[in-house]
Amino acid sequence: MATKAFQKIYTKITQITKATCSLRAANVGNEELATVDGNLAQVVKIIGDEVTLQVFGGTEGLRTNAEVVFMGKAPSLNVGDQLIGRFFNAFGDPIDGGPVPEGKEVEIGGPSVNPVRRKQPSELIATGIAGIDLNNTLVSGQKIPFFADPDQPYNQVMANVALRAQTDKIILGGMGLTNDDYLYFKNVFSNAGVLDHIISFVNTTEDPPVERLLIPDMALTAAEYFAVEKNEKVLVLLTDMTLYADALSIVSNRMDQIPSKDSMPGSLYSDLAKIYEKAVQFPDGGSITIIAVTTLSGGDITHAIPDNTGYITEGQLFLRRDTDVGKVIVDPFRSLSRLKQLVIGKKTREDHPQLMNAAVRLFADAANAKTKLENGFDLSDYDERCLDFAKEYSAQILAIDVNIDTTEMLDTTWKILAGHFRVEELNIRQDLVNKYMPKVS
Amino acid sequence: MSTKGIVKGIISNLVIVQVDGPVSQNEICYILHKEARLMAEVIKVVGQQAYVQVFESTRGLKVGFEVEFSNHMLEVQLGPGLLSRNLDGLQNDLDKMQGIFLSRGEYTSPLDEKQLWEFQPLAKAGDKVQAADWLGETKENFQAHKIMVPFVLEGSYTVKSIVPQGSYTVKETIAVLLDDSGNEIPVTMVQRWPVKKALKAYKEKPRPFRLLETGVRIIDIANPIVEGGTGFIPGPFGTGKTVLQHAISKQAEADIVIMAACGERANEVVEIFTEFPRLEDPHTGRKLTERTIIVANTSNMPVAAREASVYTAMTIAEYYRSMGLKVLLMADSTSRWAQALREMSNRLEELPGQDAFPMDLSAIISSFYGRAGYVILNNGQTGSITFIGTVSPAGGNLKEPVTEGTKKAARCFFALEQIRADRKRYPAINPIDSYSKYIEYPEFEAYIAENLSDEWIPTVNEMKTLLQRGKEVQEQINILGDDGVPLDYHITYWKSEVIDFVILQQDAFDKVDALCPIERQQYMLKKVMGITRLNFEFDNFTEVMDYFKRVIHVLRQMNYSEFQSEPFRELETELEAVLKERVTQ
Ligand SMILES: Nc1ncnc2c1ncn2[C@@H]1O[C@H](COP(=O)(O)OP(=O)(O)OP(=O)(O)O)[C@@H](O)[C@H]1O
Ligand SMILES: [Mg+2]
Repeated sequence: MATKAFQKIYTKITQITKATCSLRAANVGNEELATVDGNLAQVVKIIGDEVTLQVFGGTEGLRTNAEVVFMGKAPSLNVGDQLIGRFFNAFGDPIDGGPVPEGKEVEIGGPSVNPVRRKQPSELIATGIAGIDLNNTLVSGQKIPFFADPDQPYNQVMANVALRAQTDKIILGGMGLTNDDYLYFKNVFSNAGVLDHIISFVNTTEDPPVERLLIPDMALTAAEYFAVEKNEKVLVLLTDMTLYADALSIVSNRMDQIPSKDSMPGSLYSDLAKIYEKAVQFPDGGSITIIAVTTLSGGDITHAIPDNTGYITEGQLFLRRDTDVGKVIVDPFRSLSRLKQLVIGKKTREDHPQLMNAAVRLFADAANAKTKLENGFDLSDYDERCLDFAKEYSAQILAIDVNIDTTEMLDTTWKILAGHFRVEELNIRQDLVNKYMPKVS
Repeated sequence: MSTKGIVKGIISNLVIVQVDGPVSQNEICYILHKEARLMAEVIKVVGQQAYVQVFESTRGLKVGFEVEFSNHMLEVQLGPGLLSRNLDGLQNDLDKMQGIFLSRGEYTSPLDEKQLWEFQPLAKAGDKVQAADWLGETKENFQAHKIMVPFVLEGSYTVKSIVPQGSYTVKETIAVLLDDSGNEIPVTMVQRWPVKKALKAYKEKPRPFRLLETGVRIIDIANPIVEGGTGFIPGPFGTGKTVLQHAISKQAEADIVIMAACGERANEVVEIFTEFPRLEDPHTGRKLTERTIIVANTSNMPVAAREASVYTAMTIAEYYRSMGLKVLLMADSTSRWAQALREMSNRLEELPGQDAFPMDLSAIISSFYGRAGYVILNNGQTGSITFIGTVSPAGGNLKEPVTEGTKKAARCFFALEQIRADRKRYPAINPIDSYSKYIEYPEFEAYIAENLSDEWIPTVNEMKTLLQRGKEVQEQINILGDDGVPLDYHITYWKSEVIDFVILQQDAFDKVDALCPIERQQYMLKKVMGITRLNFEFDNFTEVMDYFKRVIHVLRQMNYSEFQSEPFRELETELEAVLKERVTQ
């Protein structure tokens, strides 16, 4: 991002905080980019002739006579087919040694889609993971995060989902990725031979945290290009949105904003919604689906970040280790795909909705039985059967290493249920039972 | 000459404007940004500086830009043609906008200025009239739409002339009124009203008392809402607030339904756009779209317009109420509106209240809910606005300012609960904590006794007692174990489960179960409570559970079958057989 020769250079910074600096300047636009001694910064506040800049790289070592040049535009990305297969940093500059891509320059964080121009999502995204496809079916145009503790293999699951999903483009937005995870994604994508439909915007733990704020908008601006101009199905992966929100709080707290819950800015909901609402199904076939990761601290979902996220996204996927079967499973209680209604029983077999509910309900009964056991009570025959069912269901259906198609998931579930329960214990419509429930031997 | 100004400062969507003349609080102004005129509202004035909240993105705005003040507050246009529209929070017609993306500064009229309306006069020359009196009517979709004396007119007027029956556009003069001094006031079919002012052109506002049938059993039976009543639905994310509101909007016995999607998901609005034109209003057989107006300001649309959107929706509701119609207004979610207030208040550096919300949040919520209600119009007819808002409490904790503020204002409390949602007991309304204050109104009791039956309320109370008892028993079983309590306890618990599974739970996605008309509710309540009054005989608690699961199974199948259909009757016979097995005298 070179500066032009005729631009005015300011050299008198009047105030410096951890993430911002201020100076007197004229004719500056809100949200305009600037460089401060060559480092990128963005206008976040203007009062009279005093302009406050958010310095992406942080203000460590910043001198009051640093050279400040305004660039006359908001952050932007050159969009075009040349983005494909490439790796960029938060500013959209290549980090893979390749050339700077040419293309149409578009400001990032652009306007919202008119809701009446959207189409209702209706295409199922199959992942092979039964904990997702059966119980929490994903739909193109959906936005959904993994809620996971930092020690869970969320990036691996996400990479699996991305590779199995039938999409035209995958765009990775990495925020605060460890270098190892960055290389992991890079390897997985190149080993699978899919680099030709992947684009990555990456900010690693080694990069300044405030830079992360640009990553989702960069990734989504690229996604909009392919979804709108090329009518492609685009899957955007955002990991880790908790680190994104942390960066937001750094900036807002440095700007003396009154923090609300968990020292997050009061605008957290709107800030996150602007990103997630970019998920969309267009009438012409293009779509943007967002799968994100929100790491939890100590499994606490009432913390402002997962809480606001839950209120925005269309469900959430919880990963949990099931010690009874020794596997990581997609937790059927706390996970939810809100859009599943649009496809299950319609794009999948008719027994899908009722069967799924019945199995989850019995899995809940198993959880109750387990509590009883732990409290030292005797178990009834029903409780015992629930527990046996739960083990099989967990290992054969919920575990994240399952990879089968949806019909097979349904058949497997019927088989497990039939092995342990009577019809009246299932609460499933009789005609479905007659048609699909296998007779036990 | 109107006031002009110059931009002096920009903090996100708060802009400080130096003005050259008088301005008023809540006045609308436009910031001239290249080719776009960005609409904004004055929210604070200090000396010559007006603080305005901009209804658009402020990207690229510079100090020195010109500002034009409009001399009026944020207004809506009221006239025939609002029904079936998809509007944004500022009442722009979303369908009229160009392109896939919303472009800044594009404002479109909610009304069609060319469309002809068949006007039928109701008043005649010489009539004495006042604001909101009906001058004539036209047909909007299938309902009568009254053309009224403009609400802004104070005092009384005489009709000088009125056009004969015929087709007119909303811009044509349909009547001329004379004020006391003999000045002529031309009236068209369209008028304007500032959204933040309550429209009070009615005679009185008595306590509401007529049941508003929603088709949702747990509401109509256990926590009924009335025409002109208020209610709110708090609940953690994913517990079913939106599904419940959508269910009510599809089934409720209302003339007009206004849905304010306030800071929530765009896909949920798309769901309405997609479904409503196909679905029928169960009470009239007309398409749902014909009675519906959508005000959509989704979470990615500008925050200031989100704040305005609930007022826009309320004002449109008040307009239709003045025509003597039953209006149902839903806002999802009022917490997003409160958050919009909070964002602004923080930018203004006002002294923050709890959780950084504005100090007067509770008062703002109360006065908004206060605009709903059942009214007697000046001509003796009645109209109502029933308002149901959702609340999205941070962390699911009901001890937070928006929930607490709303609890003071709303008369029905439909508390959605995480555990019930996790157990897929939908709608996840907690049957014990939720309430409807209307049940205690003697007027309501009398209405129910006359229109449903005088056994209804006693039966509902009996049901609630049993649910409460069931809950206590369950807690005891949890502590003492299945063997630790008498067999009777198990029976009581399972009777309460029958009520839970058959009456309280309702599948919003099942074609049949989703809608339960009041006659069917009466039938099922009688049936289920009849069962709970029976005496049963069992040897041990496993038998109790197995048996009642069968009872529940048959009753649920009944819920899934067309009322009084062949399969329904067969299930009933099956139920009788099952009951015979265990009933003692
Ligand atoms: N009555 C019901 N019948 C069946 N399923 C339901 C019912 N109510 C809710 N659900 C399920 O719960 C999910 C979440 O419901 P909903 O979107 O209404 O939650 P919400 O409370 O509005 O959440 P948020 O605060 O995040 O908007 C639905 O997608 C659906 O799967
Ligand atoms: Mg909702």
